[in-house]
Amino acid sequence: MSENSGILIVGASQAGVQLASSLRELGYAAPITIVGAERHPPYQRPPLSKAYLQGLVTPETLAYRTQDFYGKNNIQLVLGERIVSIDKGLDGAGVATSASGRQFAFSRLALTTGARPRQLHVDGAELDGVLYLRDADDADDLKARLERAKNVVVVGGGFVGLEAAASARKLGKTVSVLEAAPRLIGRAVGEATSDFFLEAHRSRGLDVTLDARIVRFAGDGNGRVAGVELEGGQVMPADVVLVGIGVVPRTEIAESLGLTCGNGIVVDEHSLASDGTTVAAGDCADMPNPLPRDGAPERLRLESVNNAVEQARNAAATIVGSKVAYRMVPWFWSDQGDLKLQMAGLSAGHDQVVVRGAMSDEKFSVVYYRAGQVIAVDCINNPVDFMAVKTLLAKGLNVPVDRAGDAGTPLKKLMVELEPIS
Amino acid sequence: MPKVTYTSAAGDVNVLGGNAGDSVMEIAVRNGLPGIVADCGGSLACSTCHVFVREEDLEGLTAMSELEDEMLDGTTEERRSNSRLSCQLKLEEGDHVYVETPESQV
Repeated sequence: MSENSGILIVGASQAGVQLASSLRELGYAAPITIVGAERHPPYQRPPLSKAYLQGLVTPETLAYRTQDFYGKNNIQLVLGERIVSIDKGLDGAGVATSASGRQFAFSRLALTTGARPRQLHVDGAELDGVLYLRDADDADDLKARLERAKNVVVVGGGFVGLEAAASARKLGKTVSVLEAAPRLIGRAVGEATSDFFLEAHRSRGLDVTLDARIVRFAGDGNGRVAGVELEGGQVMPADVVLVGIGVVPRTEIAESLGLTCGNGIVVDEHSLASDGTTVAAGDCADMPNPLPRDGAPERLRLESVNNAVEQARNAAATIVGSKVAYRMVPWFWSDQGDLKLQMAGLSAGHDQVVVRGAMSDEKFSVVYYRAGQVIAVDCINNPVDFMAVKTLLAKGLNVPVDRAGDAGTPLKKLMVELEPIS
Repeated sequence: MPKVTYTSAAGDVNVLGGNAGDSVMEIAVRNGLPGIVADCGGSLACSTCHVFVREEDLEGLTAMSELEDEMLDGTTEERRSNSRLSCQLKLEEGDHVYVETPESQV
């Protein structure tokens, strides 16, 4: 394979487009081909459960880049082709084949394959009207069905579920959320934040059931979903059921290439997979923690725009030969109706929590500590604290735990250098 | 078609056109302009689309919300009197706005 076959990016995702853009910014001169399974030009996913679902933005505004951008930057964008097999040599070069039989030669391979919704396996899961929300087609389907629906049941009280539920409420639907765990958004936030969202959503008319045990989806006799049956026999009426119970990384291609996969495609801190040449970035990557510290997981997989973008930049640097260790402060946001949640850092392993401000004002922050040091924050309608903690984590600063609760003083003013642990 | 003239901290000038209703951020990002990051896609969550607006253009712009005001307190490059988040600056037919992008957004 000649060197000038360039790079093949599998997955026309946020990470895929960023990788291509960053490669050109860094002076990469060889061909760049992005192959995507969807027919849409690469677009932003976050609005799908929010503004897009509510009809506040058009499909055109979701596009990452103009058509011109790809042309001007000599990036070949191939849409509607799913790569199903890849032959690759030890030098990293090879040929990929799509489901329709098209072949793409490459000198270097990048996997930005993302993730797919985790499927719920219960009786009735195949009924018409049981939906998932990951891509634009899913959103269009959900949107169209919501127009005709009265009762909506959302299975899963995580980000996607709560965002979509809040959107459906705004559209005037009767909405119930069923969460299997004892609290909402349990994978991402601490108990105080979970409790707040439970109260806030209930007060806005969302019906929320925790510890929900779903027995089956009931049909109307014509193959359409009509309700959700819970343990104990209660049936919640539903014209539409949206299942949002997390995602599973798309690793099939990587596995077929013999690349090591764990909770995603295993990469090192340079975004390199186990063959030492293929790069992977975004939701599909199982990587070393980019913000390492005591008590934090050594490896993780992040589902966020921020990671897709930053890790793609890291992968681009690797490809052009200017490797740097991937370091960044993970951050996330979730707009649930009029509630804006912004999170910085990872709260796993915290041993102390300080609440800044009054939850009853619906504007406050939950600051997470470990061994006296700030490790993360959840901010509700409180962007100033979010920006402050994001900066603090990036610069290795701290706010003394006995001062953090002083909501009258900006965190910026309370920041100090981290004290060495004695 | 609304136009925006973007000047980078290094002095590079780009004049880009968009559609009525587009924001100053959207036009930059869709064309791959490196000076504006906009990780959150315009949902006022990240403060990485910070711009300095030419003084004479300030008055004609979308009014600043409380949330934008607060987010501007956390930008990487310190805010100035003419700072705005470009995702909030929606353009109309015939507009031509001049903005400067900061040295760093993240």
